Amino acid sequence: MFELSDTPLENLDARAGMADPRAGAFVTFEGWVRDHNDGQSVTRLEYEAYPALAVSEGKRILAEARAAFDIVDARCVHRVGDLAIGELAVWIGVTAAHRGEAFRACQFIIDEVKRRVPIWKKEHHAASDSGWINCHQLPAHS
Amino acid sequence: MPADTLKPVHVRYFAILREQRGVAEESFETEAATATALYQELQTRHGLAIPPESLRVAINDEFVPWETEIKPGDRVVFIPPVAGG
Repeated sequence: MFELSDTPLENLDARAGMADPRAGAFVTFEGWVRDHNDGQSVTRLEYEAYPALAVSEGKRILAEARAAFDIVDARCVHRVGDLAIGELAVWIGVTAAHRGEAFRACQFIIDEVKRRVPIWKKEHHAASDSGWINCHQLPAHS
Repeated sequence: MPADTLKPVHVRYFAILREQRGVAEESFETEAATATALYQELQTRHGLAIPPESLRVAINDEFVPWETEIKPGDRVVFIPPVAGG
């Protein structure tokens, strides 16, 4: 299950639906909005997704994790829209018989989500212009 | 070019490309044979500054190679460097 959410994930019941008699380990990762990046003071983040392809690519990553690691289940939810400092931006949960595979699969999933899923974030700064992360180095509008 | 080579396409823009283009989506007719040619056309017409080497392309909600043929009715998205998480 890979989902996008335009509402807060703070009250997400992370364990709901993941309980499984085969699982002896449950590893979660939460990505939070922090107040600084690259030496800049950050006031908020704006996440934008290409929904159809973000969901299909996210599901592909979860399927790859299930094929590559000995896990029971893997899920990911990603926020879109305007997020304040401290808000939960991405949630990943992995169940497995043993903790090692659950930790490894969780790391794989967050790394691949950041690398491949068409989601962008714009950083808003206290003191200067905001910018799209990973696009800073690209040419500005001519 | 004869008019029958013109193909209707729909292009959506996200993030920095949406800001550079000034609209989120548009429909128009193109003679572009490939995604590469279509992006060149948009760069020329709208001054899009991001080089194609920095982008990926999706047609009809799937990643495709740049040399993929553009067909009538295709929904095309040029994808800037992503930054989820």
